[in-house]
Amino acid sequence: MSIMMPGMAKASSWIPHLEAYVDASCSPDKQVASIDAIAALMKSDLLTVEALVREMEMYLTTTDNVIRARSILLLSEVLACLISKPLDSATVHSLITFFTARLADWQALHGALNGCLALLRRKSNTGAASNSDARLLAKSFLENIQVQSLAQYDRKLCFELLGHLYDWFADAIIPLADDLIFGICDAIDEEKDPQCLILAFHLVEKLVRLFPDPQGPLGSFAADLFEILGRYFPIYFTHPENNDVGVKREDLSRALMCAFGSSPVFEPYVIPLLLEKLSSSLSLAKLDSLKYLSHCSLHYGADRMTKHVKAIWSSLKDIILSSSEELIFPFEQEHTGSQNDEIIKEALLCLQKVMFQFGSSDDASFISLVVEDAELMMIMRSFSSDRSYADIPGDGRQKLHALGSILSISAKVSISCCQNVMKSFFPLLMELLGISSSNLSCNPISEGIVAETKKLNFGALYLCVELLAACRELATGLGEVAGQSPQAQDMWCNMFCNYFGPLTGYLGSSLVVIGNNANKEAYAHIGAKGMETIATISGCFVRGLKAVYESILVLFMSIISTQSHDKFLWHLTLKTVVKIGKAVLKFQDSDNMTSFMSIVIEKLIFLLSVDDAIIPLPLILEAISEISAAGTSFLLRVIKGIEEALSVNFSHTLVRNSKNSEILVNLLLCYSTHLLPRLQNVDVFEKVALRFLFNVWDQMENPVFEVPSQKEDLLDAIMIATRTTVSGCSPENQGLIVQKAFKVFLSSAFLQVKETESWLTSFKLEELAQDFSIFSHRDEWVISLFASVLISLHPQTPIPDVKVILNIFMTILLLKGHVPVAQALGSIINKWPLKVKAADALIGCTLDEVLEVIFERGFQTVLCLTKPCGSIGSIQVHATVGLGWIGKGLVMRGHEKVKDVVMLLLKCIRLKKLGPENGQDFDDLVRRSAPDAFRLLMSDSEVCLNKKFHATLRPLYKQHFFSTMMPLFLSSIKECESLATRAIHFRAFGHVVSETPVIALVTEAKKLVPILLESLSTLCEDVLNKDLTYSLLLVLSAILMDENGKETILDNGHIIIALLFKLVPYPHMMLVRETAIQCLSAMSLLPHPRIYPFRPQVLQTLSKALDDKKRAVRLEAVRCHQAWASTARSLHF
Amino acid sequence: MTLGLINANPVVHAKKERIARVEDSHADDAVDPLEIYDSVRDIRDPEHPYSLEQLSVLSEESITVDEKLGRILITFTPTIQHCSMATVIGLCLRAKLMRCFPPHYKVDIYVSPGSHANEESVNKQLNDKERVAAALENPNLRQLVDECLYSNEL
Repeated sequence: MSIMMPGMAKASSWIPHLEAYVDASCSPDKQVASIDAIAALMKSDLLTVEALVREMEMYLTTTDNVIRARSILLLSEVLACLISKPLDSATVHSLITFFTARLADWQALHGALNGCLALLRRKSNTGAASNSDARLLAKSFLENIQVQSLAQYDRKLCFELLGHLYDWFADAIIPLADDLIFGICDAIDEEKDPQCLILAFHLVEKLVRLFPDPQGPLGSFAADLFEILGRYFPIYFTHPENNDVGVKREDLSRALMCAFGSSPVFEPYVIPLLLEKLSSSLSLAKLDSLKYLSHCSLHYGADRMTKHVKAIWSSLKDIILSSSEELIFPFEQEHTGSQNDEIIKEALLCLQKVMFQFGSSDDASFISLVVEDAELMMIMRSFSSDRSYADIPGDGRQKLHALGSILSISAKVSISCCQNVMKSFFPLLMELLGISSSNLSCNPISEGIVAETKKLNFGALYLCVELLAACRELATGLGEVAGQSPQAQDMWCNMFCNYFGPLTGYLGSSLVVIGNNANKEAYAHIGAKGMETIATISGCFVRGLKAVYESILVLFMSIISTQSHDKFLWHLTLKTVVKIGKAVLKFQDSDNMTSFMSIVIEKLIFLLSVDDAIIPLPLILEAISEISAAGTSFLLRVIKGIEEALSVNFSHTLVRNSKNSEILVNLLLCYSTHLLPRLQNVDVFEKVALRFLFNVWDQMENPVFEVPSQKEDLLDAIMIATRTTVSGCSPENQGLIVQKAFKVFLSSAFLQVKETESWLTSFKLEELAQDFSIFSHRDEWVISLFASVLISLHPQTPIPDVKVILNIFMTILLLKGHVPVAQALGSIINKWPLKVKAADALIGCTLDEVLEVIFERGFQTVLCLTKPCGSIGSIQVHATVGLGWIGKGLVMRGHEKVKDVVMLLLKCIRLKKLGPENGQDFDDLVRRSAPDAFRLLMSDSEVCLNKKFHATLRPLYKQHFFSTMMPLFLSSIKECESLATRAIHFRAFGHVVSETPVIALVTEAKKLVPILLESLSTLCEDVLNKDLTYSLLLVLSAILMDENGKETILDNGHIIIALLFKLVPYPHMMLVRETAIQCLSAMSLLPHPRIYPFRPQVLQTLSKALDDKKRAVRLEAVRCHQAWASTARSLHF
Repeated sequence: MTLGLINANPVVHAKKERIARVEDSHADDAVDPLEIYDSVRDIRDPEHPYSLEQLSVLSEESITVDEKLGRILITFTPTIQHCSMATVIGLCLRAKLMRCFPPHYKVDIYVSPGSHANEESVNKQLNDKERVAAALENPNLRQLVDECLYSNEL
């Protein structure tokens, strides 16, 4: 009888769960639920383990196999749920003793295993199994269980159980040594399930870790263990790629590899097996063997591997040399990722690893194998007969590549290896090239001219370059570790530096060799790579070779300055020079840097000043900008050079008014868009930028300076340069620039008509119009540049006499419609400080006051003029442009005054016609230009008012503007009666809607869609609106595709369909037709009862679209036709 | 219907890679053989889960088009001489073209000379307006054709 304690659950409340689980006829869902229920009771302490066990006694000990097995399983499952619940050690002990004993009960084994595992998994802080328990468990396991006779799931449990014993109870099971190893062998023998296998492989690894001593128990079992493991190699996996087992071939293979490499005792068995499989015809086996070989040889250690070295070398060599395909040289772009390639790659990797192992020890046996190999030598000698690249047959090229990789890898291992390889091969290669030690003193360049006439030995050249590149890589690595190594210095000087002179000549002629395309490219690549290698070696690592280094640079520069017609060679050379420049900078050798500077950089800068250089200016600039990217010191010199060229050209173009401004434009663009942005250091940038800007303004101030007429591209280039330089400066320096610019601006001729202060008082535009008619080109330049400066300022930068500037700019804007001025106004308004400090005398008024002045004095009066006088019409057009930019500044900062701008613009649209005699055309122009102002207002600009030019941005400003202004628009549209006015309204509306993010539109879809549809159907009447029509159609399609827009679309279904019918034959723009058909396709997905009535008409319209002139439209029509045709079960055509 | 497959083991060819066309934004795109081929190459074979292209029943060269006269001529090659599916394939081609091209095109469909035992009768059947219309009225045939045209099995 159970003892009831207060707070305990009554037995009757959970016994039904117990019975349900034990009853085999119950559904699995119910059984899972009953375990959860019992576990929940125990977790909340309403039921103890003792109580549960006592109550289950009958079930656990019954002779009915099924019930006993089920109840043991129940207990184990419940324990598995309680892993984190603390239990006292006595309970754990008695439970584990119980489950250990049950391991002998084969009918209830599943539950017993499960229970053991659940108990072993417990952590010590919640009550874990003791070591003695674990040992007993292990003993019982080894005595009672025949793993391979069990089902897959139980086998997996067994392996997990063993794994846990190894991981957490190692001390307890070590005394069982022999039994344990034997038991494991027995357990994993013949295992075939991938999940179990991966566990088994890990088990072997852990086992080896438990008994690391090769003389210990493992030693005697190694042969047996390997016999079991070895059968699995190479892993042959028949499960499909995306199997549900969750194990991949790679995982299994890796696990087996770790098991193989886990102990050196496997060495006598593993290495012969791997070597045997290397010669297998199965590529998978080869690949795996190579991977295992590099892994195992690292883990077994050099001592054990020494005896295999010969065999390994000969197998690897065979694989690398015998690849069946013609190997593609790295410079030929196509790459086939075939398995063969992968094998070779792996073999080279393996070779590298093995070499490293032997290269780091004093044992030079491996490298001597390579050096003394007769086959390699034979291949090398064979290249004396096949001389030119085109003459080498496919397999010859492949052998060449293989040999090159072997030599390169061997030379990269260590200094001694490198010396060995170089000693044995380099003189021979030189001999093949015809460079003997007798003619070493030749002048490299003159030798180059001689060599050009004869055929070049490609094979020898290639190998030579590979070797040198390997040496350089080794030296770079060493240099990074311990500075410039004196050993390396000796090595090179003694061995081969003498050859550099003639070799350079040889490579130089290879670079410029004349021949057919493939031949030429191969030679040029080899030449460039070789020269680059020699240049960096002689420039960075070995002293005393300055002549070679400089002669290479001279040769490259002569190609760059004269061979621009050969695009391939020119770009290759440029790239190589950049590489050399980077290397020189990296190794900080002042001598070589000076040479590079004087030979390369100075030469390029000199080319800039030459009027009749062979190479065109854009190419010089490209070369300059590429090379200066190598490092800051080059960049600074280049910038200085360009500045000089700029000032010379400035005076050429502006003072003498020469016709050709192209050079100046190119220089300016290169300077401002390529060179200056690369200056990372802010201080240096600002210094350079200030110098440039002051120079520009000095030129403007210079009375000699004549502004050329019709040089818009030049003005644009200067404006771009001004904007980029100013925007990169700090507010303080910007302040200096503004001061200077303002001074020059005030001295302009056109401003002399009035006193500076008098701009603040009110005046009549008409009076000024007369004065402004003398607006010279020079004035226009000064205004544009001044506006560019203002556009790029930081918000913090103080602007002198800002009120005066605003007034002057307003006047210029209204009279001249000068766009940069409008942008500058927008910028100033956008960046106006939110709160003005009282002390801030420069500004002195708030944004609201300024806006009031601008609106009242400027726009309001102008736009409300009812009587046109003189050129008032054009003034009104200019006013709308200004409103657009100023409005944009306001919208971006989220200012509520933008409402006034919108109201003014809407007013423009509604302007009454003044009658035919009073310049109707102008009237129409104003009404037409107002919608364009809305486009300016909403669209993003590259030129100003963006992040780069420090604009004040309110998050989600477009959404905000849309949601506050939409009611204004809608009511204004509703009020207007005339069709023409309505159409203009729709254009304005279209510009706003097409720039607003779709999310904002969808939320307003209900109000928006009817107007959108009406505007679309109005706008598509006029060809001029085709772009707008397209963007609005895109908006409609976005709403169509949005889940939230569905309801509105359904409500307006028939209007939308009618509109789309109108747009499908739209003659002016293919994209509109295509998008309209796509919209129709999207409509076919709406609920069928609603759209079914349209079906016949849609199909009819589409059959006309099948005959469209454009293929894209026809294809879209077919797709759409199919979508609509299949909306009905039976298809009628 | 016959039991078993008529050609149990057809030769399957690789699909040709499709090259995206460079669209000329100003000129009109004329209907050319490639466009027609693109629209019919993916039709599934009535008895195998392969496209007509894979079974080499059709090729771009076997299609000619004359835009001025509004004529399209397709010659196809059944996989075996006595293939009773030849008419179904022809019917599929016709149905597909009817849906993809405007009705003013006159479409002629023939088996290539010498490729079929009953060449003449198949050609006659495929180009007889009334018989094609009647065939497409037949629910079973109609279903078969639709399966071939819009199959996802490929």
